[in-house]
Amino acid sequence: MFDYSSYLRKGKLPHIWCPGCGHGIIMKGLIRAIDAMGWSKDETAIASGIGCASRLPGYVDFNTVHTTHGRSIAFATGIKLANPKLNVVVLGGDGDMTAIGGNHLIHACRRNIDMTLIIMNNNIYGMTGGQYSPTTPNGMGATTAPYGMIENNFDVAELVAGAGATFVARGTTYHAMQMTDIIKQAFKHKGFSVVEVIAGCPTNFGRKNKRAEGYSMLEWQRDTAVPLERWQTMGADERADKYPIGILHKQEREDYLTTYDRMAGFKAI
Amino acid sequence: MAKRGKITIVEKLCKGCAICVRFCPKQVLEMKKFKVHIKSADACIACAMCELRCPDFAISVEAEQ
Amino acid sequence: MISGKHFMQGNDAISYGALYAGCRFFGGYPITPSTEIAERLSIELPKHGGRFIQMEDEIAAMASIIGASIAGVKSLTATSGPGFSLKQENIGFACMAEVPCVVVNVQRAGPSTGLPTGVSQSDIMQARWGTHGEHPCIAITPATVQEQFSETVRAFNLSEKYRTPVIILSDEIIGHMREAIFIPEAGVLPVIDRCKPVCPPSDYKPFSAVDGDVPVLANFGEGYRYHITGLSHDVTGFPTNSGEVAQRELLRMMRKIDANYDDIVQVEEYLCDDADIIIFATGAVARSAKDTVNVARSEGIKVGLLKPLTIWPFPDKHIQKYIGRAKTMIVAEMNLGQLTGEVRRATDGGIKIRSVCRIDASPITPTEILKEVHCV
Repeated sequence: MFDYSSYLRKGKLPHIWCPGCGHGIIMKGLIRAIDAMGWSKDETAIASGIGCASRLPGYVDFNTVHTTHGRSIAFATGIKLANPKLNVVVLGGDGDMTAIGGNHLIHACRRNIDMTLIIMNNNIYGMTGGQYSPTTPNGMGATTAPYGMIENNFDVAELVAGAGATFVARGTTYHAMQMTDIIKQAFKHKGFSVVEVIAGCPTNFGRKNKRAEGYSMLEWQRDTAVPLERWQTMGADERADKYPIGILHKQEREDYLTTYDRMAGFKAI
Repeated sequence: MAKRGKITIVEKLCKGCAICVRFCPKQVLEMKKFKVHIKSADACIACAMCELRCPDFAISVEAEQ
Repeated sequence: MISGKHFMQGNDAISYGALYAGCRFFGGYPITPSTEIAERLSIELPKHGGRFIQMEDEIAAMASIIGASIAGVKSLTATSGPGFSLKQENIGFACMAEVPCVVVNVQRAGPSTGLPTGVSQSDIMQARWGTHGEHPCIAITPATVQEQFSETVRAFNLSEKYRTPVIILSDEIIGHMREAIFIPEAGVLPVIDRCKPVCPPSDYKPFSAVDGDVPVLANFGEGYRYHITGLSHDVTGFPTNSGEVAQRELLRMMRKIDANYDDIVQVEEYLCDDADIIIFATGAVARSAKDTVNVARSEGIKVGLLKPLTIWPFPDKHIQKYIGRAKTMIVAEMNLGQLTGEVRRATDGGIKIRSVCRIDASPITPTEILKEVHCV
């Protein structure tokens, strides 16, 4: 049994998320990962943007800021540069991070500031009632995709790896234990680490796509997520409609602040 | 001796999603009136998958020897 | 600091003013005619224990300075018209979350891309009403390179004292002009730092104003863990759906600025005491207007100048004291009457208002204003 209570703000539960929403599972994974790191609550800051996922920081007892839609990484950049001692975590949904916040996302990957981003990807705009997002799979239903999703969707992990993120991983809420470990590995990485967690939105994605129960979203994850080791042995046909999970990409590169302080001759006064 | 689990349910936090019921490998849990209930406590093997996947902090499992 | 006498560009003077005030973070994005501020601070900040970053866009630049301020570092960004438009959502956030920071807008001609190297004063209303919703606003209008320096120090002081973003509305002429300025030694000009909580962290309520209307701000990382949101929130910082609480908190935010008019609003009054005609002008136009006053006086016409250094809150009281004394007020501005409308509101028919407007990116000359004086 893990005791979450010391990390939760008193009197804030139940949270606002719908029955079966994956975000609560991610919140628990995040707490366990922070606990495993032994981070002090005072020296941990969490920033989020707008959307269902971005309500998470309100429930956890750290230095938390719920910012504007898509902009959380830019706020977090200021926080980290002003006080590098803080462990900085950024959270957001797929719309927040890959649509309205897409520009900040790719540039954060390029910059490699030492902080961790968790993208809680439920393939839909949940808070506004189920409009398609950049990660809604092709052909799937959404309130603004009445004929099915017409656009191609982002592969978030590929996107951030391409933009230069030095740690890229993917987990799911079904694989909750592994997801916790992945987040912990991301925290340990010195540089900009991105963890995409596949989360279910039974209310607004599921009901449009014959998966209206929370557990059916998890079953979908169980049936489509493939551990990286197995993924690498699979052919193209086998890979269709599936995705790899695990630590997908990792490289050592000096983080932004170390480079800045060295090249600009920064001296703390 | 096999591990056994003591399950605690915080009913007011349970939103009735039934994730815990669906994935319990020993069918320990059941839904009643949109809330989770313990059906067969003795069958629990303390795998704690219900606790891990409960989005609502509504269920926890303590391992007993 | 480089104290002493210097021949300096207006934008540089803002950078040095920021350093003097204790600014140790700049997040920016290049835009004419403000870029020199970023360039100067990219050189100077690391030498002073601060950091500079060029963000990916204007929106991110504004977000980054709010983040840095939350973490306890005085922060600046600089932009111009269209960039200022992009920053508005996060300026609203800073108002709502009561985060001190300073935003420079070196005004250029618009709308849209407009005339990027042409001067303008057409963001007076954007500074006040650019973000959605009702919110308090402090905006400052320097008119000399010396004031670019000293008003930047004052902008930081007001921002820290009242826990609010402060806008510096400079313009292309002052920003790019070079003049002699004197930078005082550290400690000569007052530098105000935000008040920090002294209560135990368990008692801390980040939006509860115990003494006056300004709540005490804790920095992230100092043991006072709390929540900040752009949602309407109660004194604890957590979101509320109560319209009553939302209204109460917003009225407090308005009051913290409005009730401190005398501390915030500064206006230079030049030969106004006996004036029949008062010219009302800010920034580059105020320079021409001062010349007009001197020429008119030499012709025997009693003219004075009201030159606001604070344009928001609008200097109503300073204007109203001339009702019944001056007969005419001439508002000169490089836009189509944004200040004129406000002066008309403040005087409410008590003084005859005339206006000299220009939007062709050329400065308003002393002769132009003098012509208007002769028409009175």
